[in-house]
Amino acid sequence: MKVVLPTPLAEYTARRREVEAQGATLDELLRDLDRRYPGIRFRVVDEQDAIRAHIKIFVNRSQESRLARPLAPDDEVLVVAALSGG
Amino acid sequence: MPGLRVLVGTRKGLFVLKSDRRRRAWSMEGPHFLGQIVNHAVLDPRDGRTIVAAVRAGHLGPTVYRSQDGGKSWKESARPPAFPKAAGGAKGFSVSHVFWLTPGPADAPGRWYAGTSPQGLFVSDDGGRTWDGVAGFNEHPDRITWIGGLQEAPPDGGTLHSINLDPRDPRHLYIGMSAGGAFESRDAGATWSPMNRGCAADFLPDPEAEYGHDVHCLRVHPRSGDLYQQNHCGIYRFDRPASRWERIGRAMPKKIGDVGFPLVLHPRDPATLWVFPMDGGTVWPRVPIEGKPAAYRSRDRGATWERQDEGLPRAQAWYTVKRQAMGADPLDPVGLYFGTTGGEVWASFDEGERWDCLCLHLPHVYSVEAALAA
Repeated sequence: MKVVLPTPLAEYTARRREVEAQGATLDELLRDLDRRYPGIRFRVVDEQDAIRAHIKIFVNRSQESRLARPLAPDDEVLVVAALSGG
Repeated sequence: MPGLRVLVGTRKGLFVLKSDRRRRAWSMEGPHFLGQIVNHAVLDPRDGRTIVAAVRAGHLGPTVYRSQDGGKSWKESARPPAFPKAAGGAKGFSVSHVFWLTPGPADAPGRWYAGTSPQGLFVSDDGGRTWDGVAGFNEHPDRITWIGGLQEAPPDGGTLHSINLDPRDPRHLYIGMSAGGAFESRDAGATWSPMNRGCAADFLPDPEAEYGHDVHCLRVHPRSGDLYQQNHCGIYRFDRPASRWERIGRAMPKKIGDVGFPLVLHPRDPATLWVFPMDGGTVWPRVPIEGKPAAYRSRDRGATWERQDEGLPRAQAWYTVKRQAMGADPLDPVGLYFGTTGGEVWASFDEGERWDCLCLHLPHVYSVEAALAA
């Protein structure tokens, strides 16, 4: 399925903002993303499996905080990183 | 190019100042990791080529990068420092940022230690590619008590820093924590003991508290093993077999006091050290006293101190020099370097007698480390 990434994560994907990854849940999708782009998951999800404080994940435009959220093959996942701060 | 490198970690990236051993002409390389926070970057003195850098990008999670060619190319750690996942839905710890890096001993060339926020100790045995928690510390049942719980952390989070190895026995480790105090392990990290007796902690009710102190910078002399500490309340030396720290900062001028962040040791003479005092009065401005920056040097293990401000601004300089932001090179005479929160890097090539500004306009400086490149 299509995953849209924020610019701070684009260094993992050769600057591509839209990539493909697979998974029956959001957790599986992020792990697949990490197999394709090593290191990317830990910068989005911490070691307690919590989405980091200033990262938001949307599934089909609805914000999702549960990594167990089931996904369908035609879902679209959007990862957003806050750019607040100076 | 062989020669001297000064690695400057900043709030917006890593910069490398380069010179030959004469230290007359300098050039700057970088930024590496532009826009990312570099709390610490260290050139491995064991090979002169490996650099390990603690990096965090704004709101993304923390990581570690390593270079094996002096900074020409970088690879991210395959497994950065991370706490174990808590079992059964319990609340576990999450590394906010890697704060401190220390190369291991000469006989373990791939070993590095890392200190994190919140306070955690990690070790790598493959040159920083993968990291594991030091269970003897991170999973110690008293660790939360030692660090005062997360609610007592400083605004940027509690940190584990000042990881030192005794040069006579690399299994003998020292750490400093802000907050938590100084601790040592004589068995490579399996067991730990607090060593804070004699240190003031005016924010704790018990004047003889065993832990909970605020170490700003603890250094172990690389030849003699002598121990010095700059902490929240003063400057201290620890003389074994005594079991208490002695407040050598009492010999500082009363008008200056003995509050500061960094403490630097002479690489060869264990009696010589430098501090950079700051204003710890009222609400703790943490700036040079009266806006007049100066290093103070002792050549007699802290019995007497001399002011070293030749070349530094005479007034209206209000920066802070953070705990990793002052260091020494291994040359003779020793070169000293410090970076400021205002983005300046200053250097002295005669052991502090005179200071010159090496560069301006960098981001807020977090760390300055000088070493020889192969």
